[in-house]
Amino acid sequence: MADIALDSRAARRPVRDASAWDRLKVNRDWLAVWFMLPAMAFLILFLAYPLGLGIWISFTDAKIGRPGEYIGFENYEWLWEDSIFWLSVFNTLLYTFVASAIKFAVGLYLALLLNENMPFKAILRALVLIPFIVPTVLSALAFWWIFDAQFSIISWSLRHLDLITENINFLGDVNWARGCVIFANIWRGVPFVAITLLAGLQTVQPSLYEAATIDGATKWQMFRHITYPLLTPIIAVVMTFSVLFTFTDFQLIWAMTRGGPVNATHLMATLSYQRAIIAGQLGEGAAISSAMIPFLLAAIMVSWFGLQRRKWQHGEAND
Amino acid sequence: MASVTIRDVKKAFGSTQVIHGVTVSIDDGEFVVLVGPSGCGKSTLLRMIAGLENITGGEIRIGERVVNNVPPKERDIAMVFQNYALYPHMTVAANMAFSLKLRGAPKAETDERVNRAADILGLKPLLERFPRQLSGGQRQRVAMGRAIVRDPQVFLFDEPLSNLDAKLRVAMRTEIKELHQRLKTTTVYVTHDQIEAMTMADKIVVMHDGIVEQIGTPLDLYDKPENQFVAGFIGSPAMNFLKGQIKANGSAGFTGPNGVRLPLQAAPTNSEGRPAVYGIRPEHFTIADDGAEAEIVVVEPTGSETQVFAKLGGEEVVAVFRERHKFEPGDKVRLKPDPALVHLFDEQTGKRLNA
Repeated sequence: MADIALDSRAARRPVRDASAWDRLKVNRDWLAVWFMLPAMAFLILFLAYPLGLGIWISFTDAKIGRPGEYIGFENYEWLWEDSIFWLSVFNTLLYTFVASAIKFAVGLYLALLLNENMPFKAILRALVLIPFIVPTVLSALAFWWIFDAQFSIISWSLRHLDLITENINFLGDVNWARGCVIFANIWRGVPFVAITLLAGLQTVQPSLYEAATIDGATKWQMFRHITYPLLTPIIAVVMTFSVLFTFTDFQLIWAMTRGGPVNATHLMATLSYQRAIIAGQLGEGAAISSAMIPFLLAAIMVSWFGLQRRKWQHGEAND
Repeated sequence: MASVTIRDVKKAFGSTQVIHGVTVSIDDGEFVVLVGPSGCGKSTLLRMIAGLENITGGEIRIGERVVNNVPPKERDIAMVFQNYALYPHMTVAANMAFSLKLRGAPKAETDERVNRAADILGLKPLLERFPRQLSGGQRQRVAMGRAIVRDPQVFLFDEPLSNLDAKLRVAMRTEIKELHQRLKTTTVYVTHDQIEAMTMADKIVVMHDGIVEQIGTPLDLYDKPENQFVAGFIGSPAMNFLKGQIKANGSAGFTGPNGVRLPLQAAPTNSEGRPAVYGIRPEHFTIADDGAEAEIVVVEPTGSETQVFAKLGGEEVVAVFRERHKFEPGDKVRLKPDPALVHLFDEQTGKRLNA
């Protein structure tokens, strides 16, 4: 048994008031600051500083090799007049909305499919992840070949099936090019959505479906009234990330079309890169990048409200 | 309301057979409890009645209709699950109304039925709450409400009380029994708790390893267990079993372990020297001068009674006394089984030997 009585020597020890330093030594908040410091330094150095610098440069006329002077909103004023910039905004919005919507639909469908009991489930789940694992540039190069004007396997197949007489100019035609990059983005993005939603589906208690079966629900009613509402919190998270990744996409476009034909697939990210790095107009490029911030904030706000815990998720409290 | 007839039902998962031909008939309005240790197939049987599991062989009828291939929603049954399976994103009212909503019932009718069920179960003040905001007992009641609202032919309960604390379990037991007396709906109730079975059932089906060991009223099972399994399963503390031989010549008796002499009212015919198992319930021991000598090992008073663990012929037995004896571990006492209440079982088959 533990001796709970106070040691008589300890009791007699002279009492000294705790100094501020003594109190600090046992202060858990102070300790927490120290623990957070490495992560904070990392984030400040590699996230906050570049972001701040980017915004600052957007207010200067910096070019490669020239630090640049503060010019206020001039870069933004030029962009306002710039039809190519507005085209890239339109392209980005189109790209993001179409790709995200289809990624969501296909991803949800795949998740529901993979959640069923079927043979080779584990292998199928692993296969779905493949597009996600392949490096973006590699898959972009593959798509570049698949959509090549001369050597496209699609054109070749269709020609041999006598469905078309000449090759489709996939990446040379405005609408085809947009369709192709969106397709490639969907191909890459679906696994993320599917696997995450699958994880969400598996948190739904099987007994709820049994209860619904007995309550007389059809498959569709079970999805509509049980699966979907219970999945909404996860859908909100997944789609926020999906939208953010798609909106800021760069690699895929740059490897496949470089923004062409005639800027039809230029996204804000690729245009910014072209203006800032290729053309050397750092200030203008930074302004294009900074112009993405309001859109991204808006996307985050939407998901913020979407993510707000529903009333039914709130704790056990008996109010 | 309807009767349920289970005839030679078998169930196999792949090559593993879990239910080996079970036959039970449940009368209209009866409260039947399926009881047995875990893995005995009782839940599987219930799920087959519900239509959540396929029936491998045999036949289940609800009323006159064979339901083997009828989907769950057309069987007109309602089920209460062990974890309640309440829809977490729906209020209590919506949970209860869900089946009616799916059926496309008019709103007025739905509201009326939900309100009636809420009245019966005292859920009126909770109708707008979400399951998360309810206590275990309240959730249990909502799960029952969801079943009542549908006004089904048969209620199925799958261990509905095992997630509740002991005190609440006793209260809900009474509540479910009251509910049954009020609604008189045929009920099949699965539990592993023999006390629940004894207190609630009109008829108990004791299952073990996929077969039915015995079917009968609670007191039948207690008074005349057909085999050693039922004898050991029903009753708490469990019946004591002592191996030995029957003495039929002269005055009947039983020679227990280490030659200990135990009383017997009448020996079965032609049983002299037959090896058997002597069963006596803890509550059927008395202290008597002509009892067998036993040494007390542990004394456990519960207030209303005292459980005494003692060595009788080297075997540990339990005796329960309502009187307050002053026993200490190591004391020698003379324990006498009530000869009229002794059970004899075959040593090999476990079948009951005495009438």
